[in-house]
Amino acid sequence: MSGVIGADAPAEPQAAPAQRRERPQAEDRGILSVADWRRGRVRLTTRLTHLILLLSLVVVGLGPILWLAKSAVTPTQDTLRQPLALWPNGIDWANLAEAWTRVEIDKYFLNTVIIALGVWLVQVVVATTAGYALSVLRPRYGKIIVGLVLATLFVPSIVLLVPLYLTIVQPPLLGQSLINTFWAVWLPAGANAFNVLLVMRFFDSLPREVFEAARMDGAGPYRLFWSIVVPMSRPIIGVVSVFAVIAAWKDFLWPMLVLKDPAMQPLSVRLPQLQQFIELDVFLAALAIATVIPIALFLVFQRLFLNGASLGGAVKG
Amino acid sequence: MTQLTPTTAPPPLPATAETIERTVAATRRRRGVAGWFRGDGPHILVFLLPLLFSFILFSWKPIVDAAVMAFQHTNLIAPAEWVGWENFATVLSDPLLGKAVVNTLWFAALALLLGYPIPLVVAVLMSEVRRARGLYSALAYLPVIVPPVVGALLWKFFYDASPNGVFNTIAAWFGAGPFPWLQDQATAMPSIVLFATWSAAGGTIIIYLAALVGVAPELYDAAEVDGAGVWRKVWHVTIPQLRGVLLITFILQIIGTAQVFLEPFLLTAGGPANSTTTVLMLIYKYAFQNSLGGDYGAATALSLMLAVVLAIFSAIYFRLTRSWSTS
Repeated sequence: MSGVIGADAPAEPQAAPAQRRERPQAEDRGILSVADWRRGRVRLTTRLTHLILLLSLVVVGLGPILWLAKSAVTPTQDTLRQPLALWPNGIDWANLAEAWTRVEIDKYFLNTVIIALGVWLVQVVVATTAGYALSVLRPRYGKIIVGLVLATLFVPSIVLLVPLYLTIVQPPLLGQSLINTFWAVWLPAGANAFNVLLVMRFFDSLPREVFEAARMDGAGPYRLFWSIVVPMSRPIIGVVSVFAVIAAWKDFLWPMLVLKDPAMQPLSVRLPQLQQFIELDVFLAALAIATVIPIALFLVFQRLFLNGASLGGAVKG
Repeated sequence: MTQLTPTTAPPPLPATAETIERTVAATRRRRGVAGWFRGDGPHILVFLLPLLFSFILFSWKPIVDAAVMAFQHTNLIAPAEWVGWENFATVLSDPLLGKAVVNTLWFAALALLLGYPIPLVVAVLMSEVRRARGLYSALAYLPVIVPPVVGALLWKFFYDASPNGVFNTIAAWFGAGPFPWLQDQATAMPSIVLFATWSAAGGTIIIYLAALVGVAPELYDAAEVDGAGVWRKVWHVTIPQLRGVLLITFILQIIGTAQVFLEPFLLTAGGPANSTTTVLMLIYKYAFQNSLGGDYGAATALSLMLAVVLAIFSAIYFRLTRSWSTS
């Protein structure tokens, strides 16, 4: 079972004809029929439209990123005077090194990585254990919990902003503020209803005979979880992981609120403030560095994103 | 132990899988508290612990808190004090509120105007691409991957109002501009929406593409038999087939734009002259940018009001559209 097929498994039945349609022969058709494609005028217009579409996508989608990559190694004066020229006065590789060391992007980069890894771990642990308890072990009160988890999807996140902040400032039982600790970002990330539902759907689709067989062979609930369910659920753990890391990397408002100490802040929080006191070329180099990891993840897990988004849409629907 | 219900007592039938299952279910029900401890009960709770911990502390409790705090004065030092509807009165009498509401509506309207049709058109065109469709979707999705902070700071530079600004240089190629972009009250909001559309359209395109693949080819065949050309097929088959998804993306976009924060916060900080201050920025201002200490009560009151408006809007919307949505 490849990762992508596994990820598709819990999607809406709507996706089923999609897969069937991907495969078959040439008469696989969309809006235009085979006959349409044979007509010269239609074909020419379509080809031309697609060419224009491709060019616009390159300019609009890739353009700004390429510009950023170019400007990251361009001297400030060139970027200011001729923003669209290609290195009129040569390439300045030193920008990147300066951003990394002198502006301490390395530190904020590391903070971002620590935050992302923690968020990833918390989300995966919460989602898999909860999915296992609710979809495989199925206690009688499970429906109530699922309902309560589902209900949180309907509460806009802004309602949570202030009370959640106060929870972090004065956490119950702990007696010590979590402000300026990574826990403040890690822990609330676990309360992600979307992940729980996604994993539950996947677990629901696993064959129950395997669980029963493992039970017959004497596997307890922990053994069943660790040796059977977790290995079988690698595809969905992959989906949750990639989205957890990307979301943590993008997050801005929440880390800005709870990580006030600049030494703890991730790139997203630090970059807007750095802008005020570093030179433009170094700043743009810093922006480029902040973009490398998400883009790399995207390129590696492209299919996951391009199928995963539809999977997200299916769940939202 | 009280659940000895005679109706579920297994009749003397041959032991089919069904009867066994029923027996197991019945015994399980009869086991009661002691059985719960002997069986999986405690272990299930162990597995539920992470969920309960994070959702109670960071989701359910804050939701309840929000409803309570809106009627309190809280400053973290003195004990919270009940003040009735005072927070709501404070918020409603804030002269900035009207401005913020109008701005948010303006943002939503512009975002619909730009952000709603563009992904649809692109997705419909893209669904007809036969070769390298993956390349198209990857290119369209790229801006979604760029961290929003990086995107906003980058676009802020693109929006430089001088003739040497990136966008003004491009505009000059076509003999237009220079435009003031973010510096002018009239163009600031459209500029923000343009950026927001750029950074979000890819996600919507992917959703539409998935829905487009699900349109049954037979419908197009049938339309052709009836003599429909390309445009009529798009208008009478494709769009109606997408209406379920279109309705959902519409409501999601409204809910999303009502909570817009990062874009105006980073691009204009609400200026010039509060022309881009949104409701969420106002909430942020009450709670976190107050020199007198956070007015958490007012902030929660406003966020509750926004949530209620959104809920009412969604309810009305779904009621109105139920008749013509898919199944």
